[in-house]
Amino acid sequence: MSRKYHVATMVNGDEYEYLCEPQQTLLDVLRDELMLTGTKEGCGTGDCGACTVMVDGTMICSCLMLAVEAGGKKIETIEGMAKGEELHPLQRSFLELNGSQCGICTPGILIAAKALLDRNPDPTETEVRYWLAGNLCRCTGYDKIILAVLAAAREMRGA
Amino acid sequence: MISLKYEAPSSLGDAIALLARASGTSRVLAGGTDVIVQMETDLIEPDLVVDIKKIPDLRGIAMENGGFRVGAAVTGMELTDHQAFCEAWPGVVDGVKLIGSMQIKGRATMGGNLCNASPAADSVPALIAAGAVARVAGPDGTRDVPVEGIPIGPGKTSLRKGEIVVSFVFPPRPAYSGDAYLRMTPRTEMDIAVVGVGVNVTLDAHGVCAAARVSLGAVAPTVLLVEEAGAALVGSRLDAPALDRLAQAAAAACRPIDDKRGTREYRIKVAGVLAKRAAALALERARQNP
Repeated sequence: MSRKYHVATMVNGDEYEYLCEPQQTLLDVLRDELMLTGTKEGCGTGDCGACTVMVDGTMICSCLMLAVEAGGKKIETIEGMAKGEELHPLQRSFLELNGSQCGICTPGILIAAKALLDRNPDPTETEVRYWLAGNLCRCTGYDKIILAVLAAAREMRGA
Repeated sequence: MISLKYEAPSSLGDAIALLARASGTSRVLAGGTDVIVQMETDLIEPDLVVDIKKIPDLRGIAMENGGFRVGAAVTGMELTDHQAFCEAWPGVVDGVKLIGSMQIKGRATMGGNLCNASPAADSVPALIAAGAVARVAGPDGTRDVPVEGIPIGPGKTSLRKGEIVVSFVFPPRPAYSGDAYLRMTPRTEMDIAVVGVGVNVTLDAHGVCAAARVSLGAVAPTVLLVEEAGAALVGSRLDAPALDRLAQAAAAACRPIDDKRGTREYRIKVAGVLAKRAAALALERARQNP
């Protein structure tokens, strides 16, 4: 048995403490220890983006970060995107424009899309497609996803 | 992974000591985009993982002796967001931008890209063309190794036990210098190079090529520095005959594998074509850089 490591971290503004084994990923701990199951596991090897979360303002695949590395970090997951009952404009846009089909890729895509719009409020369609290249949708609903991101961007700019 | 230990020392000396006295399998953890995948897929079962991201020497981007020094654990996003570095070394940035998705670039580092020792690593041909030097620290002190001296085969490096690549030192940039990296992949994103080419040129005041370095990826067991290809450009204006000589020298240096992603013949042909295109882009950048 590996020894357990004590980690104190911040997730969606709340303080969390957990014990983890060194080989456990942040994704494992978010889902299985903290019960934040909004973040999904797709490939587990950093190819699909389903497990995308923000760590200290940078988006990463949570399957490729060890849980023990998260000490003292600020983590944002899909659970923190809506403000109570009020959905984020991206979430509303995905609902209205059918940006979500089976839904497995949706949390990761929403996190990634929000990271893009926080950096660039007025992206071109090409910029959205390249930014989201690391988020795979097995339903292949890419067009509606891109349209939903562009519509949310317009709304957020007040355009 | 019966008894994996994780350490995150805050000093270089502690990291070296941990690695130097470790028995069994140990791995340096930077961005983890290769190491954690290898752990998850049971390719490796390390006994010790040393996370080097808390060591200040490995994290910064600074000017040193007129050139840049970039910490080996600087992430792709940190590097591509660094305006002055992007202006000085657009070809290196081309390579880093092609390392995986935005999520991967949020974690992946040039140090890891080099030490993973894949012949298809996207930042490595650009680093070699740039003439970057890896500053290596270990139990016997610090040594500077040209980047092309680090990989010795797929997954294998010349680093000795306890040694860590701490930073990359880039030479000062003369006027009229430009670099570029291009790769061939079946898809535009999220793919691994079938061929990668880094070219770095410096022109004199008359537009004649005074110095050139050319590096090829994914066409041999390691990324190659192709001196003949650089020599084919020196003294020319990178006109069509010089670019043809470049393409021939690049193709002649290839010793590629034959696999589902590209046949041997295809990789050799593409190496010449991409070398010409990368040289043309490096030339365009050099002209804009008085």
